[in-house]
Amino acid sequence: MTTETTTAARRPRPFLVQGVKHAVVIAVGVLMTYPLAWMLVSAVRDEGGIFSNAGLLPIGGDFANFAEGWDSSDFPFSRYLVNSSLVALGAIVGNLVSCSMAAYAFARLRFRGRRAFFAIMLLTIMLPIHVVIVPQYVIFSQMDWVNTFWPLVVPKFLATDAFFVFLMVQFIRGIPRELDEAARIDGAGFFRTWASIILPLMRPALVTTTIFTFIWTWNDFFSQLIYLADPSMYTTSVALRSLVDSTSASAWGPLFAMSVVSLLPVFIVFLVGQRYLVQGIATTGGK
Amino acid sequence: MSALGELRRLRSAKGGTTVASKAAKQEERAAYLFLLPWLAGLVLITAGPMAISFYISLTDYNLLQAPEFVGLQNYLDMLGDDRLQNSLRVTFVYVFVSVPIQLAAALAIAVLLNRGMKGLAFYRSVYYLPSLLGGSVAIAVLWRTLFGSDGIVNRGLAVLGVENAPSWVADPSTALGTLIILNVWTFGAPMVIFLAGLRQVPASLYEAASVDGAGRWRQFTRITLPVITPIIFFNVVLQIIHAFQAFTQAFIVSGGSGGPSDSTMFFTLYLYQTGFGNFQMGYASAMAWVLLIIIAAFTAINFWASRFWVFYDD
Repeated sequence: MTTETTTAARRPRPFLVQGVKHAVVIAVGVLMTYPLAWMLVSAVRDEGGIFSNAGLLPIGGDFANFAEGWDSSDFPFSRYLVNSSLVALGAIVGNLVSCSMAAYAFARLRFRGRRAFFAIMLLTIMLPIHVVIVPQYVIFSQMDWVNTFWPLVVPKFLATDAFFVFLMVQFIRGIPRELDEAARIDGAGFFRTWASIILPLMRPALVTTTIFTFIWTWNDFFSQLIYLADPSMYTTSVALRSLVDSTSASAWGPLFAMSVVSLLPVFIVFLVGQRYLVQGIATTGGK
Repeated sequence: MSALGELRRLRSAKGGTTVASKAAKQEERAAYLFLLPWLAGLVLITAGPMAISFYISLTDYNLLQAPEFVGLQNYLDMLGDDRLQNSLRVTFVYVFVSVPIQLAAALAIAVLLNRGMKGLAFYRSVYYLPSLLGGSVAIAVLWRTLFGSDGIVNRGLAVLGVENAPSWVADPSTALGTLIILNVWTFGAPMVIFLAGLRQVPASLYEAASVDGAGRWRQFTRITLPVITPIIFFNVVLQIIHAFQAFTQAFIVSGGSGGPSDSTMFFTLYLYQTGFGNFQMGYASAMAWVLLIIIAAFTAINFWASRFWVFYDD
């Protein structure tokens, strides 16, 4: 804000420059959101309408596409929404517990190998999943875990999303040490300190983790495609994919309707939690 | 501090001190307990499977019969595999065309938004939304339709008088382009990171420069860019790593085939087909290691090159 006031005071910016800036930002914004708006509108438009009209007004709109799409696969779409929710819920709980434990150790406790482990943890953030997916698949299939949610959820309880460990380490470092040291002096053990001092204070980081885990799990396709082959276990991602395969070129309405349904939870979470999202990537991404 | 800065700092830091008091021992035991889930994950989910993956890459393995050791045969086979080499080319084009455009857009919009823009929070949200949705199946479905023969893009072109435009996703010369556009479309995430970085450029620098008579462009190239080079570096490294692993978009837009004519056959998609379509687990594992080596190599090159253009003030 200081930047704004000082430069503005020295050299009053012409109205025109501001106008052009706004025009550019708005034009690009419209261009970017247009596909989304079009999908939304197409979902409530009848068949002929999708392709014959590039506009945004839902002409002859109704919710028939939703009704049709909802029941056009083996199970009603609600089944897939529930499956996705279960996977996301498991992943969220797993990440919150395991990542906050690891982060507390890295940020506050001294132990041998801390530096090496921390470096390894940072490196695993960048590790492509493909390098481990084949043996993981072999292991999980021998455990009979294929077509269950376990391969998607159990790793989260083992802090494999190192990104969140790092995010939480960053956050804990910002909490004054005096607070947990005072608790230790009062006789609280490490576990009590973690649970009753650190966790409550790092609530923003936990919220950010929850939101990101939800969105990433909800959008995930690769691992869900690999582990969930039985339609009764499909998540929305995998169900949508099979809907694409079974949709003829002319019947995009129901597919679009279900696409909108599948994006809706992400969109709502975005609306509610955008403050945390922006802070989250800014703190881990920024300097 | 970014994860990358953290790594840089670790490399230059000196060894820690070891205190052998009773309290220190207690603290160490607690630390390992807190780390237990992470350590178990490291061994069981990451490092262990990585080692197994390397072993499998030296075998012929179809999941049903026991792996048969073949040495480096899988790696040698790649040298004669035209489809694999094509998939590498497709992936490289995707990464090295889409990432620079995406980051340039992210930086340009971030700079526009940064200095005293009214409604910043709103615009930031609008631009950020596509990055959250972009990786989903639903958006890939949308893209397939947008750029289809009867899609909105061609409808728009028809309005402008361009008739008989191709079906962008069905034409081998343009299909990859639609995926590149999709990746550029998700520039919001790096943009938010740029915005956070821009806010840390000291206002005093601009004041001094404008007293010296430096214009806007000069201020941008001489102050803004140098100061945010660490942020640019962070975004470059991260987006390259991400782009190499892109999968969903190509899978959905091409219907899982990587077509037309393998023009959207990302390396990851070929890996998936090899491993989980044909159950050639040995070959797929070898491919995964090649991917890891490629990503590691480009990250290393980035780090090496960074000493010539990234300025750290610490």
